[in-house]
Amino acid sequence: MAMTQEERNERREYAKKAGWKIFAIWLVLSIIAVALILYVWGPHMPPGDMTTSAASQQFDFKVLTAMVAPVLLMVWVYGGWSLINFHATKTDRGDGIPLRGNRKVQGLWYVGSAVLVLFLAGFGTYELINGNGVGTGEGPSPIWKPTAKHMLVVQVIAQQWRFTYRWPQFGGMETTSINLPANTTVQFDVTSLDVIHDFWAYQLGVKADANPDVNNVAYTTTSSQLGRFTVRCDELCGIWHGAMYNYGHVVSKSAFYSWASNMETKNASVTKLLPPFATTYTPSYSGAGGGYYPSYDPNGHAVTY
Amino acid sequence: MAIDMTPAAGVGAPTDLEARGLKAAKPWFTGNLLTALIGGAIGYAFGHWLGNAIASNYSVVASGAQNEVAIYLSLIIGCVGWFVGLGTFNYPIQKLLGLEPIDPPKSEKRTFLEHFSYSTDHKVVGVQYLFGMLLYFLVAGLLALGIRTELLSPVNHIWAPDTYIEIVGEHGTMMMMMMTSVIMGPFGNYLIPLMIGSKKMAFPRLEAASFWFTVPSFLILLSALWQGGFQSGWTGYAPLSIQGGPGQSDYDVAFALMGFSMICASINMVATIINYRAPGLRWSRMPILAWGMITVAFTMLLSVPVLIDGLYVMSLDRGVRTAMLYAGHGGSSFLWENLFWFFGHPEVYLLALPGFALTVELLPVFARKPVFALKTSTAGLIGVAVLSFFVWQHHLFMSGMNPDMRPLFMLTTELISIPTGFLYLVAMGTVWRGKIRFEVPMLFLLAVFWNFLWGGVTGVYNSDVPVDALVHGSFFVMAHFHFTIMGQLMFAVFAGVYYYTPLIFGIRLNDKLGKISFWIIFVAFNSTFLPLFMIGLLGQPRRVFEYAVRLQHLNQWVSISAYVLGFGILLYVINLIWSLAVTRTPAGPNPWESRGLEWQVGYPVPRDNFIKIPVVHRDPYGYGTGDDTPVADLNPVGDKAAVVTGGDA
Repeated sequence: MAMTQEERNERREYAKKAGWKIFAIWLVLSIIAVALILYVWGPHMPPGDMTTSAASQQFDFKVLTAMVAPVLLMVWVYGGWSLINFHATKTDRGDGIPLRGNRKVQGLWYVGSAVLVLFLAGFGTYELINGNGVGTGEGPSPIWKPTAKHMLVVQVIAQQWRFTYRWPQFGGMETTSINLPANTTVQFDVTSLDVIHDFWAYQLGVKADANPDVNNVAYTTTSSQLGRFTVRCDELCGIWHGAMYNYGHVVSKSAFYSWASNMETKNASVTKLLPPFATTYTPSYSGAGGGYYPSYDPNGHAVTY
Repeated sequence: MAIDMTPAAGVGAPTDLEARGLKAAKPWFTGNLLTALIGGAIGYAFGHWLGNAIASNYSVVASGAQNEVAIYLSLIIGCVGWFVGLGTFNYPIQKLLGLEPIDPPKSEKRTFLEHFSYSTDHKVVGVQYLFGMLLYFLVAGLLALGIRTELLSPVNHIWAPDTYIEIVGEHGTMMMMMMTSVIMGPFGNYLIPLMIGSKKMAFPRLEAASFWFTVPSFLILLSALWQGGFQSGWTGYAPLSIQGGPGQSDYDVAFALMGFSMICASINMVATIINYRAPGLRWSRMPILAWGMITVAFTMLLSVPVLIDGLYVMSLDRGVRTAMLYAGHGGSSFLWENLFWFFGHPEVYLLALPGFALTVELLPVFARKPVFALKTSTAGLIGVAVLSFFVWQHHLFMSGMNPDMRPLFMLTTELISIPTGFLYLVAMGTVWRGKIRFEVPMLFLLAVFWNFLWGGVTGVYNSDVPVDALVHGSFFVMAHFHFTIMGQLMFAVFAGVYYYTPLIFGIRLNDKLGKISFWIIFVAFNSTFLPLFMIGLLGQPRRVFEYAVRLQHLNQWVSISAYVLGFGILLYVINLIWSLAVTRTPAGPNPWESRGLEWQVGYPVPRDNFIKIPVVHRDPYGYGTGDDTPVADLNPVGDKAAVVTGGDA
C-alpha cells in the first residue's frame, strides 16, 4: 500500500518535533546522571581501593555504570513519552500508523549498539591485561604478570570448610589466618584439597577458584591503606559453604615481618611434619585419615620460591 | 507446494489396509496417569532389585556406601515402566507385529479426563503442559520463599545448613529445568499448528512423550528432598556432586529426563514448522512466535545432548566409580564445568528467547500497529541463538581454566547484546504513534521491557572480566538472571496465559483481579530483586545461609517483598482458576481484535483445527493499514497455485 507524499511529510515532521523533545529530555537527564555517577557515587563504589586490583574493579564498575545510565534513560524517556502520548482513549480505539520500519533509524541502531559493544569489549580487555588479571585467577601459568621484583607468595589452600595459608618464603609454614604487608605485590597460589571452592578477598579485589589438583594464580598490589578484609568462599562447596569465611588484615611492612617470623618460629615443629611445599596436593586416603599427609605426593608439583 | 489440500489429510483412519497386506488393530489399552504410576512402580521395584543383584558386592557398597547403581537403575527402569503404563510402546510394537494401529474416533469436544491420558492431540498436550508448568513453577516458587525465610536473619536459622542447601538446589534446578518448556510446551504445542495453518503437529506421539517426560522428571527431582537432597545446586559441579548421596542421583536422572523431553519437543517443533506451513505462509509471513519456537528448538537440539552426556559421565563416576570428573585420578573437574556450561549457557537463552518471541508476537495487538522491523526481530532471535554457543566460558572467568581466552569470551558475550538490543528497537518502533491499549496482557508486556532492561544492562557488568571479578558468584549475578528469566520470561508467560485463555477455554479472566495482581507482582518483583544487586555488590555470595550483619536490613526488605510477590502470583493463579472453574465469563470470538490466524479459527477450535488447509495471504501484523480482510482463506477454492502466490506481502 503506497504512502502519499502528505502522509510521508506528516510523519517526518511529527518525528522531528517529538524526537527533538525526547532527545533534549534524555540529554539533560543523562548529563545529570553521569555526573552523579562519576563524582558523587563513584568514589564510594565497591569494592573500594585498598589494592590495585580493587581500584581497577572500581574504575571499571564506574565506567560501565556511566555508560549504562544513558542507555537506561534512553529507554525510559522514550518509553514514558510513548505511553503518555500514544495510547487509545475511550472514544478513539482505532489503529496506529502502519509503520513497518525505518531504514535510517534501524541503521543508526545497528551501528550505535555495535560501536558501544565493541568499545566495551576493548576497554575490558585493556583493563584486564593492563591490570595483570585484575585480581582474578589466571590458572597455573599466567601470562599477565606484575613486573615487581619481590613478590610475597601466599598459598591459599581451601578445603571443606576452611581456608589455610602456606608461606613458601617463610619456611613453608602454614597458618590459619592471613596478614599482608602494605605497599607490596602479592601472588596468591590458590588450590583445593577436595571440591571446588573460591577464594574471594572482597576488599583486596581478589577472586580465584580453588580447584583440586590445579594451581590458580592471582596477583594484586596492596596500597598504604591498612585494615581488615573479608575472605569468603564464593563457589558452592557443600552444606557449610555459608560458614566458610574468615578475616585478614593489611598491616604495615614491619608489623607483617615480625608477625610472619614469629609464626615461623612458633609453627616450626608442625611445619616439618607437612609435605614439602607444592603447588597442589592430593590428600591420600591412608595419609589424611587421622594422620599427616604423606611426605611424597605423586601428584603434587613441588616448587621453591 | 506438496501439501494435500483435501479435508482428510493426515487425520482419520487409513484406507486400503487389506490391499497393503495389513491388519487393523485397536490400541491395547489407553494409558493414563494411573496406569503410568502403576507401570512406574513396578519398573522401580524391578530396577532396584536388579541394581542390588549387580552391585551389592562392590567394595564401596559392601563398606557401607549407598548402592547408587540400584538407585540409577530403579529410576531409569521405573521411567520405562511409566511409559509402558502410558501405552507409549503399543504403537511401535503393533507396527513391528505387522498390525496397523487405528486410533479410536475422537469426540468433537475435549473431555476433562482426556487431559490425564496419553493424548496425541496437540491442543490437549498444550493444556497438559500449561497446568503442568504452572504446578512446577508454583512448587519451585514456594521453595524460593523457603530460601528467603532463612535469609531474614544472619544468625537465627529456620533450616539446618543441609536443608537450606537442599532447598536452594531444588528451587534452582526445578526452575531452570522445567521452565525451559514454559512457552514451548503450552503455547508452542497449542498455537503453532493454528498459527501456521496445520491440522496437527508433525510427530504427535513424540509430542505426547515430551509432556509425559516432564512428570516423572518433576516427581524424581522433588523426591530428592526426602532423600537428603543434593548439595551441589543446579550447576552440579564435580567433585562436590560426586560426594552427594541418593538425592544427587535423582538430580542426574530428573535432569536427563527433562533433557529428553526438550529433545522430543524440539524435533517435533522443527519438523512441524518446516514442513507443515499452509500454502502462502512464506518464511517472511511467519508469526514471530513460530520463529521463536524454531530457533529455540534448534538451540535445544544442539545443546541438550551435551548435558545428557555430562550427566551420563557423572552417573558413571557416582555409580561405578570411574574418575572422569575427579581430579587426582586422571579426570578433571573442569570437564564437567565445560560440558555443563556448554549446555547451560544456551539454556538460559532457551529460557529467554521464547519470552522475547511471545512478547513481540503480542505487542502489535495492543499497540495496534505492525511489528516494527519484523526481519530485525527474527535476526535478533537467530543471532542470540547462534552466539549463545560461543559464550559459555564467561561462567568460568575466575576458574583458572583457559585464562588467556577471556578476552574472546568477553567479546562474544558482549556481542550478544547487539541481537538482544534488537528486541528494544522492535518494541520502541512498534509503540511509536500506536494506539496502546492498556489491557492486562499489555501491562505484563510493558513490564517485560522494564525488567529485561535491568537484566540486560547488568549482563554487561557480568561479561566484563574486571567487574565480574567483583560480582561473580555474588547476589548481583543472582539478581541479574532473575531479571532476565523471571522478569522477562515469566512476565511474558503471565501475559500469554491471560491473552490466550479466551482462545483455549473460551473464558475471559477477571480484568479487575488481573490488574490488581499485575501491580502487586510488578512492584513486588522489582522490590525483591533490585536490592539484591546492592546486596551482591556489598559482598554477599550466593547460596549462603550466613551473611554479614550489616546486610540484614536489606535482606529483610527483600524477604518481605518476596512474600508479597508470592501473594501476587497466588492472586493471579486464583484469578485463573476462579475464572475457569466458577465464573466462566464467555470471552467472545476475538476479544483482543487480533489479526492472527489462530484467532480467525477462534473458540472453540475444531478438533482438527481446519476443515481444509487454509491459504495464507499476508502476515498477521497488518494493523492500521485499513485492510480488514482476514490473513488467510479458510475455505480456499479454485486454482490453488494462483491463490497461493496471490495476496500482498
